[in-house]
Amino acid sequence: MSEHIVPPKIYVVIFLSLMVGTTLTVVAAFQNFGQWNIVIALGIASIKASLVVLYFMHARYSVGRTKLVIVCAVFWLGIMLALTLSDYSTRGPRESRLHVPTVVHSLGS
Amino acid sequence: MHRTGELFGQFETLEQQKETASLGMWVFLAQEVLFFGGIFLAYTINRHAYSAAFGVGSNTLDIYLGGANTVVLILSSLTMAMSVWSAHVGKKQLVTLFLILTLLLGCVFLGVKVVEYKQKYDHHLIPGRSFDITYCSNNPTACGLEGKDLAAEKEEVEKALAADPYLNSHAQLYFSLYFGMTGLHALHMVVGAGLLLWLIKQSFAGRFTPSYNTPVEMIGLYWHFVDIVWIYLFPLLYLIDRHR
Repeated sequence: MSEHIVPPKIYVVIFLSLMVGTTLTVVAAFQNFGQWNIVIALGIASIKASLVVLYFMHARYSVGRTKLVIVCAVFWLGIMLALTLSDYSTRGPRESRLHVPTVVHSLGS
Repeated sequence: MHRTGELFGQFETLEQQKETASLGMWVFLAQEVLFFGGIFLAYTINRHAYSAAFGVGSNTLDIYLGGANTVVLILSSLTMAMSVWSAHVGKKQLVTLFLILTLLLGCVFLGVKVVEYKQKYDHHLIPGRSFDITYCSNNPTACGLEGKDLAAEKEEVEKALAADPYLNSHAQLYFSLYFGMTGLHALHMVVGAGLLLWLIKQSFAGRFTPSYNTPVEMIGLYWHFVDIVWIYLFPLLYLIDRHR
């Protein structure tokens, strides 16, 4: 596993890809894609995160057990996000869906 | 006594010993993913419910400082990865050099964060009694706003107030999440900086060699994880509403 030595050239290429990704995110954020803005932003972020995990964190060269833990972490996160969001988005009357219960408005305002 | 990479009794081979350390670190990071995931979830739900207030809040952040910090942090991940490589190939001095560079970049990140927090304090954007999302449009000189920027700021706040009469309360939700998320991230950075100091001390003593470099690798994993959290925080907090 970790005995696989990743050459610096790969690290530099990954670093440059991450820089390109950061630039793309910022450029995309100033364009109006409507609802797709958030999808694009999170998509680029996920590609960047995957590059970090696979190369900087050596996941690509790790043993199966380690890969399983990584997949589990993402899977559990998916369960948490999917179930909670599906709850919030289907509660109450249609027009108020994905609206959290009204908070106390006594602060300032 | 210092560990030098000798085999402990419960393992059969050195390789197995190292794999076990790595597995343990990843299990810890899986827990961290869910720990941060919960807060990201809270952010997502509130952002959806109060998008006008979150948009105004997000646009008060300095995109140049945030972007620069992103570059700094990714660069620090590169230097961290390079120090792991140096340890693997037995370049002891390079290990120390790259660790110090990583620590310095981490400190730059935290320094920029302090500047950003101070700005939010000056602009009355810390949740609490003196919080006032209209502060900058009402006191343009205090925020250094003039001409076109001021007109844009006024228009934005007015538009948001029309969409959400409780703008001030809901903007506080945004800033509570902003300080909570970036604060927790910064806390992880401070812990990382402490770990790096320890690594640098060990590294000066020439402790890390091709046969023993587990601490560098494990703390490296932690450092990269903190980098990943920021990769998501930057677009979510700084960039969600720039396109209007």
